[in-house]
Amino acid sequence: MKYEQADIPGKEARELVAVGPAAIEGLGVTRNPWEKLRRFTDARIAQGRSGVSTPTRALLEFQLAHAEAIDAVHVPLDIDSLQQRLSELTHEVGRVNALRLRSQAIDRMTYLQRPDLGRVLDEESRQRLVSSRVNPQSAVDLALVIVDGLSSRAVQDNAAPFIECLCSRLNNGDHEPFSLAGLSMVEQGRVAIGDSIGELINARCVLVMIGERPGLSSPDSLGLYLTWAPRHGLRDSRRNCISNVRPAGLSYDEAAERAVYLLRQARKLNTSGVALKDRRQSPVVSADKAAQNFLVK
Amino acid sequence: MAKASVARSGDRLAGVIADSSQERAAAQMVLAELPLRAFLNEMLIPYEEDEVSRLIVDTHDAKAFSAISHLTVGDFRDWLLSDLATSDVLTQVSTGITPEMAAAVCKLMRNQDLILVAKKCKVVTAFRNTIGLPGRLSTRLQPNHPTDDRNGIAASMLDGLLYGSGDAVIGINPATDNVEQAIMLMRLMDDVIQGYGIPTQSCVLTHVTNTLEAIEAGAPVDLVFQSIGGTEATNQSFGFNLDTLAEARSAALSLNRGSIGNNVMYFETGQGSSLSAGANHDLDQQTCEARAYAVARRFSPLLVNTVVGFIGPEYLFNGREIIRAGLEDHFCGKLLGLPMGCDVCYTNHAEADQNDMDNLLTLLGVAGCNFIMGIPGSDDIMLNYQTTSFHDALYARRVLGLNPAPEFERWLREANIFMDVPGTVLENHVPDIFRQQLNSLSEAS
Repeated sequence: MKYEQADIPGKEARELVAVGPAAIEGLGVTRNPWEKLRRFTDARIAQGRSGVSTPTRALLEFQLAHAEAIDAVHVPLDIDSLQQRLSELTHEVGRVNALRLRSQAIDRMTYLQRPDLGRVLDEESRQRLVSSRVNPQSAVDLALVIVDGLSSRAVQDNAAPFIECLCSRLNNGDHEPFSLAGLSMVEQGRVAIGDSIGELINARCVLVMIGERPGLSSPDSLGLYLTWAPRHGLRDSRRNCISNVRPAGLSYDEAAERAVYLLRQARKLNTSGVALKDRRQSPVVSADKAAQNFLVK
Repeated sequence: MAKASVARSGDRLAGVIADSSQERAAAQMVLAELPLRAFLNEMLIPYEEDEVSRLIVDTHDAKAFSAISHLTVGDFRDWLLSDLATSDVLTQVSTGITPEMAAAVCKLMRNQDLILVAKKCKVVTAFRNTIGLPGRLSTRLQPNHPTDDRNGIAASMLDGLLYGSGDAVIGINPATDNVEQAIMLMRLMDDVIQGYGIPTQSCVLTHVTNTLEAIEAGAPVDLVFQSIGGTEATNQSFGFNLDTLAEARSAALSLNRGSIGNNVMYFETGQGSSLSAGANHDLDQQTCEARAYAVARRFSPLLVNTVVGFIGPEYLFNGREIIRAGLEDHFCGKLLGLPMGCDVCYTNHAEADQNDMDNLLTLLGVAGCNFIMGIPGSDDIMLNYQTTSFHDALYARRVLGLNPAPEFERWLREANIFMDVPGTVLENHVPDIFRQQLNSLSEAS
């Protein structure tokens, strides 16, 4: 078997592996005659086998995917380039530079082992945030907080286009508008840090955009967490979550639609979390019918 | 106890870890001198405060304990390793051992000790097949899909069956967690199991109260699932108590769906869950984990699965810590009489990779682990973590000379999935029973 050298990591390497040698029989690899089932799932089915082991091609594909996921965790967020993308947004929220904040986790190793530190702003950031308030007495409706979380790539790629979609839907139509606080960006942060930020700038609601724990097939999942009446120390049960926002997952538009729905409901109910459910209609199918599949007709 | 535990990030996070290696070694020496009886007189979480403590005390078998009642923790290690502790003796003594005794002796044992003693413990359970017999290694086929797409699930199921996976259970973690969806998935799996006459059982890993509702709605429930922890407060955070489990178990038993046995519970555990729920009572995470086995033991489960690397690096930082914890859990569970399996796994933010998993899988195979997971290409596209693949299970079976559960193995050979030769050799063709279904699908993708 022969693979060409991959000069550039990432997509290009993936393509090189994917084209691989077409004829691998006769080299010890047994192909599975059920490869057509791949249309039904992204799971790594019908990989074939070398004896009973994983064939080289599947092994290399796996390792590349794992490498992408690890890099998503460990490559730091490029704040400057994200700021650049935000400033290109059509909505005015991108025009003022985002406030750059840090948690108390001083580096990635600390961050990974001490989730408690990732939930708290470091002192300098706290002061900068407090002094950034133009008029501390008057509340603002919504604070948007970008947090690197466990995937810098998710934030790097998806935060700006999602904000674009969100802002275009947010103050659309006859609904009461939401006033927006300036953006903030947090390094080495966990979800709950958004609540402290919202509290400090006197926001009625905070929406955190954070890199989710990367999966092998989804190193770029952005998670959205909404808290109404945010304050330090709230539990998970007070937040609503929208997960898997990325091009190959939940689209920016659909995510923005859900977020706006939740924001309006939160304002109506004056709370968020378990008391706030997404009650938009979904089609009901009986369990018998729904269980049908190609294996059993 | 906590100071004597082998170092890991979760105990550091909890602030209960030894301050230095010397302090740890000294703590282990002190622990070795402690009589086993001390664990009966002094509960780590008071009897009055915690129903798991009450369960441990109230169900303790003093007669079984009498064989080891004269031992210190250090003596206990020697005794477990000795030729006195045969498989039969360990079975007899098991109900006299409390989780704290198991956790304590575990802290004095090296990895090879954990393997050697676990290997001597025999725990066999049954529902539609027999799991845990010597020379056997079973697998949970885990055909998860991010949207519970029925054809997506069926595709992973077929892939797994054709790789000889699924004798422990076919178990789905639902992406959408409600009763309706659970019932749909139960029917899907039941249709396949009954339709193809596969001697195995199914389980939807949904909350115990959902499964109870599904049973009431007439759904085909084989096994009742629940994640469990070692303190009452942990289980409270999971939304159940011991009465809930008892109720669910008798509901499942009333369905009478097991053909050769009536172990109807499937539990999952994992070090760190108590701390994560703020419910660890300042105990170390390995001790909390062992206490979860007291909960499991009460309900005669078919399977207990320690999901060792799923929780993340703040509890088990790297491959080394995950491997140690996997061996500890398997040992403690087996010693307490449980049908232990292990989700040999890691997340992408832990310092671990496939090589670490190969090591743990091989060690657990040697230790006589009852079952592991099986998933296409190690990649769970719903839960976003990596566990053992169908290929991995075949590797372990091959290098260690292990076979699936006997009833399932017979089915694999009759269905021409395994060749009719000794060992695990796969056929190269689609077996007749699945050919029609596959052929009816067009080739275009």
